[in-house]
Amino acid sequence: MKSPNFYGAGFPYRDIQQLPGKLIVLEGTDGVGRSTQIKLLRRWLEDEGYAVSDTGLTRSTLTASGLEAAKSGHTLGPLTLSLFYLADFADRLENLIIPALQAGFIVLSDRYFYSVMARDAIRGVDKSWSRQLYGIALRPDLILYMKADVPVLAQRLIHGRGLNYWEAGMDLHLADNMYDSFLTYQNLLTKEFDELALTYNFVTVDANQKSDAIFEELKVHILELLHNRLTKTKKPR
Amino acid sequence: MLKPNTTKGKLIVVEGIDGSGKSTQIDLLFKWLQTQGYSVFFSEWNSSPLVKSTTKAAKKEKSFTPTTFSILHCTDFANRWENGIYPLLKAGAIVLADRYVFTAFARDVARGVDPEWVRNMYSFAIKPDAALYFRVPLDVAVERITAARASLKYYEAGMDLNLSDNINESFKLFQGKILDQYDQMVDEFGLTLIDGTQPVKEQQKKVRVLIKKVLRGWEGLPNPNKPAGSARSSQPAAEKGGKS
Repeated sequence: MKSPNFYGAGFPYRDIQQLPGKLIVLEGTDGVGRSTQIKLLRRWLEDEGYAVSDTGLTRSTLTASGLEAAKSGHTLGPLTLSLFYLADFADRLENLIIPALQAGFIVLSDRYFYSVMARDAIRGVDKSWSRQLYGIALRPDLILYMKADVPVLAQRLIHGRGLNYWEAGMDLHLADNMYDSFLTYQNLLTKEFDELALTYNFVTVDANQKSDAIFEELKVHILELLHNRLTKTKKPR
Repeated sequence: MLKPNTTKGKLIVVEGIDGSGKSTQIDLLFKWLQTQGYSVFFSEWNSSPLVKSTTKAAKKEKSFTPTTFSILHCTDFANRWENGIYPLLKAGAIVLADRYVFTAFARDVARGVDPEWVRNMYSFAIKPDAALYFRVPLDVAVERITAARASLKYYEAGMDLNLSDNINESFKLFQGKILDQYDQMVDEFGLTLIDGTQPVKEQQKKVRVLIKKVLRGWEGLPNPNKPAGSARSSQPAAEKGGKS
């Protein structure tokens, strides 16, 4: 059992005493294979007997329609879009993540707010502004950063679901075609992620590997976290 | 903190609790500035069409938390800021805002959100050239609102705070908390106090004196649709009766 630990302001009007669950975040740029790993991890953890809940960016019902409209119109300024993402995050944190942690679940989060910070920073949003805003966020128990080389990402996406407007950062007018724009944009994102990795203590996992090799590596880190908890709770005799 | 105004434009905002009469005053001011031939625009709190669908749905389902309520109102503001207020100020226009960031600071903090956190969220905004705070005692405001409305709305009455099961009582308690926050901001942000219990015409007179001072010697963006024969300051427009 532990008392909740927020990066900053948290939710002062909410009385949160204990969060016995564990919050595990998977971060990384587009095409790195996060959702595949979340599926594998969920099945594995449930087999082990843990109750698991998962969540991911833009999945809040509160903001889903607004974000969709915002993205399809392309007319939104960077601050407005950034705040829409913040609303989505806050809604899921208060109404889904915290209740699940209170109930002792392992919450697997497909990205957290670091991705939003990275995309915002590239669009000129002030970093200290974002940092203070996400002071409402809980510190995760483990942040696994799946990092792959940009050419590897491009290859996977082209053979998978294809490149898209936002993942290629087309709104930034970095290149005259989606492929070159994707490369430039993902390089910029990777740079931001590397900086965030230091600030927020990410555990970096090589995502250039095959899916099952990545899975094995992720399991090692998660087992370490879960075993620490077991030894801790068993100590007082 | 708010940014200093380095644009060519002028930003004038009105603040106050519901029923303070600020909307009546800014409406009169808007029309007066128009007759004077200024390029003047108006922006209202919580009015961006894009965010409206989201806030409307959440209000209906009562699914806001104090934090999401706060963020979505800032999203609405940011949308109006990026697509309207800021470019217009850059162009050298006068922008009038019926409620500004101080509304969020008052309401959200009354709901329990961290004061520093919400101030940071709005820190991209500019400090207004004039921030007029229409102050009325709680009883007067409550009386005005309950007389004018058939029923109060859930969030407007602060029912999400569980202050009271009675919506009228909750409204009163909630507005009292907001009033406290406003009073604390007078010094923090240099708000100009206007006595909202005075007759509408008297208040408008004071408002115009204040705004004339702000606009003295300032040219701004010329208005190609300037009404014929409009002469600044020499011929004040006829004053209209108030609504409240």
